[in-house]
Order: sequence, then C-alpha cells, then structure tokens
Amino acid sequence: MTRLLAVLALLTLGCAALSFFLGPAHLAVATLLQGLWDGDGLAGTVAREIRLPRTGLALVVGAALGASGAALQGLFRNPLASPDVTGVTSCAGLGAVLALYFGFAAKAPALLPAFAIAGALASAAVLFVLSRRGAGRVALVLAGVAISSLAVALTALALTFAANPYAMSEMVLWMMGSLKDRTVSDLVLATPLVAIGIALLISAARGLDALTLGEEAAASLGIGVGSVRMRVILGVALATGAATAAAGAVSFVGLVVPHLIRPFTDQRPSLLLLPSALGGALLVTASDVLVRSIDPGEQLRLGVVTAMLGAPFFFWLILKLGRET
Amino acid sequence: MIAFEEARAAYGLNGIDAALRAGKVTGIVGPNGAGKTSLLRAALGLLPLTGGAVLIQDRSASGWSRETLARTIAYLPQGGEAHWPLPARELVALGRLPHRDRDARAIDAALERADATAFATRSTHELSAGERARVLLARALATGAPALLADEPAAYLDPAHQLRLMQLLRDEAGRGAAVAVTLHDLALASRHCDEIVVLDGGRVAAHDLSDRTLSKVFGIEALRVEGAVVPWRVT
Repeated sequence: MTRLLAVLALLTLGCAALSFFLGPAHLAVATLLQGLWDGDGLAGTVAREIRLPRTGLALVVGAALGASGAALQGLFRNPLASPDVTGVTSCAGLGAVLALYFGFAAKAPALLPAFAIAGALASAAVLFVLSRRGAGRVALVLAGVAISSLAVALTALALTFAANPYAMSEMVLWMMGSLKDRTVSDLVLATPLVAIGIALLISAARGLDALTLGEEAAASLGIGVGSVRMRVILGVALATGAATAAAGAVSFVGLVVPHLIRPFTDQRPSLLLLPSALGGALLVTASDVLVRSIDPGEQLRLGVVTAMLGAPFFFWLILKLGRET
Repeated sequence: MIAFEEARAAYGLNGIDAALRAGKVTGIVGPNGAGKTSLLRAALGLLPLTGGAVLIQDRSASGWSRETLARTIAYLPQGGEAHWPLPARELVALGRLPHRDRDARAIDAALERADATAFATRSTHELSAGERARVLLARALATGAPALLADEPAAYLDPAHQLRLMQLLRDEAGRGAAVAVTLHDLALASRHCDEIVVLDGGRVAAHDLSDRTLSKVFGIEALRVEGAVVPWRVT
C-alpha cells in the first residue's frame, strides 16, 4: 500500500511539474520558479496567475473525482458507480449553470460551487433513496442515466434562454470541461471544499470495508450504516460539486481510476480511496498536459479527452461484468 | 446468554419467549415467514422491538453500544456474500472491525477453526460454495464473540458440506459459545442441535430438546409437514 501511494505520488508530482513548466510562454524552469517565488514580471504573472491555478486545479479536480468514484463504488457495491455515470456530475453542472445563468456567480463567486454542490447533493440524495429501496446494479445506472438526461435537458433549457450568444457559448464551453483560464481564486475556492469532501469520504473508509458483506452484516459488525451513507453522499457532493464548479464536466475519471487501482489494494474499498485520489489527480493532470501538447489553441477540451478515454473503458467494463454474471 | 421475553416487533415477532444458551447449538426451524430471521435480527438490535425485551448476558439489548454488541454477538447473515473479490483472508479480517484491529493471530485461528487456511490467499469469488461458506464462518469466528447467530448457513450446500459446516458450529458450542442456527432441514437440525425452537407466525410453537420437539405433533403441524419425522443423532 505504501509502495502504491509512493509510486502514484511520484508520478503525480512528475506530471504536475510537467504541467507547470509546459506552456506557450517558453520560459526556463529557473525563471518560472523565480517568478513563482517573487511574483515579479512576466515570469511571475505566468507562474502565479496561469500555471499555478491550472496545475493546482488539475490535481484538485482529479483527486475529487477519483476519490468520489471509489467511495460511490464502495457504498453502492457497484463497479459501475461513479459521479458521472450516476448523474452527480450532470446535476452539479446544472447547479453551476443556474448560478451563472441567474447571475449569482457574478455577485458572489462562492455561489458557483455552492449551487454545484446543491445540484450534486440532490442527485446523490435520489440515488441514496433508490439504493435504500434495494435498487440493483443496473437499476442504479439506469437511474443515473435518467437523472443525467433530466439535468442535461434543464441545462439546455437554461442555455436556450441565455442572455446573449456569448454567455451561451461560455456556458457550453464550460460544460465541456476545461482548466483553461482558471484563476487563483478558483483554486482557492475549490481546494478546501474538495479537501473536506475527501476527508468525509476517508472517515467512512472502515464502513465501506464492512459494506463489502452487505448492509445487515455491516451493521452487525458495529458499523452505523446510515452514518456511512450520509458521509459518503455529503463527501461526494462537496468534492464533485466543487470540482465541477471549477472545471466543468470532466467525465469518467471517477469510473476508470478506481478500477485501475483496485487490483493493487487487495480489493478493499478503504484502501482504494487515497490511491484513487492520487490516481485521479494524475489522470486529469496528464490529460490536461495532453490537451495542451496536441492542441496548443485548446479547441480540444479536457472533458472531451477524458470522455474519449473513459467511454471505451466503460463499454469494456459492461462486457466484463456481463461475462462474470 | 441471549433471552427473548415476550419479544414483539412490527414484522416477524408476536411475543416470543426463548433462550439461546452458552455451550449449546440451538436450531431455529419453522416455515417461511415464521420469524426465524427476525428473531436473530432482534438479538442483534437490527429489528426494533415494539414490546417485550431481549436480554443479552442478563442486560437489556437496548442498553448495549453498537460496537460492544458486535463484539459479543457474531452474525452470519443469510446468503452471505462478498461484493468485491477480496482474498479470503482479507474477508475474514473484516470480523475484527468491532475491535478496530487486524489481530493476525485471531484471523489465522478463525481460518484454521473453519478449516479455511488452505485457500486463505484465494479470491472469494473463485471459491466453491462450500469453501465460501467456511470463509464466511471464519469471518464470524474472527470476531471472537461468545455468541454466534447463523441464518441458514447450510442453504445451497451439498450434504457433505452441510454436515461439515454443522460440525464446525458444534465445535464452537464445544468451546462455550452460544450458537443459534436457522435451518429448513429437520434432519440436520435434529442431528446437530442440542435444542430446537420451532417458530410459527412469529411465536414459539415448540421449544424443547430436539428429539422430543420434533416428535411432538404440534411441532410438526407448525412446519406444515405431513407424517412423522424420526429424529436421529450420531454419537
């Protein structure tokens, strides 16, 4: 476990360094570091205002999505669960669009993540009720599809009535998921919310292990199942809501990462949380570096790249589960 | 060890008086919906009582903290399943959750007592039904609780594995544990249980030593079985 965390941390650190030092300004590593330190001149502006928030948000958003996916899979005991498949991301996006549409985000920046978290919480609550009523693996995914469709339709409705074409295009591009032009205040706003969210998920780790045996057995082991559920749903809503508010819809990270890491954790849900956070940070940072490398103009969006990587994985997973059952 | 006094619940229990004694295997039999699982759930505090009481070691179950209760009563639920393909040893280690430790000696001892050491490193999803049943039993044993409640642990097992599992439960009673097991197989109950409680409609239809209980007509009626059951015991 320690070795896994060390390897992931090293890879993530390497990728973060690449993300920080890579960019159209072509500044030397030493110049950028000096700029980051003293904040003077062009190097200071590039390092502090552009590279730092971008790299920082890639790490924070990825960690939020990775840990949320691992926790949802553990809670629902469903390998197909993740913030995007269950519709949590779409609802967070709807919340954020509403905050932008009605101008709340312009009045107080903190209202953007607040609306996104409220959206995420609403969808997570629906899933919670469904799981309580014994919805199976497929039913949960179908419910996610329904929640997601509704959120996308309502988002489209908001876009239709957008104040002007520019605002509409901004919202559409934002929904595609990107880390372009994010500011330090975006990073400052998202980081504590994601940190609290992940801390809540980690506090439920022991309960997630017990839920491997089902709810009755977990309760008989002294676990407060209701409290575990509540902590995971709040944690996922906080982390995914804040991440989506900062970067838009970045799909499939929460689905793919826990699956790639699970074989190295003895299949224990509790051991999956931190490595999935690191793995998510690594995947989003690497995808963002990829986006910037192959398309410096950034018409290609981060969310599109993660979806292109994640969708085939999702199909493979469905086929694999079909063979197993 | 565990006593039910006029225990009532919204579903399944209509005033049950019964006792699960230390050092004994108590078989709980009855038709579907008789209240067998509800009885076990009430002992674990998973089914709220609407009347009467459950006493554990002479103290009301409602006064026990969740973790202390979990350290006192181990539960093997019906159709026990591992939702992730954990290695068997990791699954057994879950039995230590109430203690908040991963006591390697307790885990190894539980695997040994359940005769599951040989496949401790294999994935639970790769085990046969009999092997998985033993691993799940080892998980319950790893808790080291003085009481063990098993809900139809013999379901889906072939006769050889049923006999082996029941022998393991008898061994636990031999160590002083109060063991309660719900069963549909009357021959199995008769052969391996020291006492049998026959439930019907959330009430105790009969409660006596096994060979006598199953001979009683009202016990057989409760089970909707025509004809007589001839109990037998291998010594």
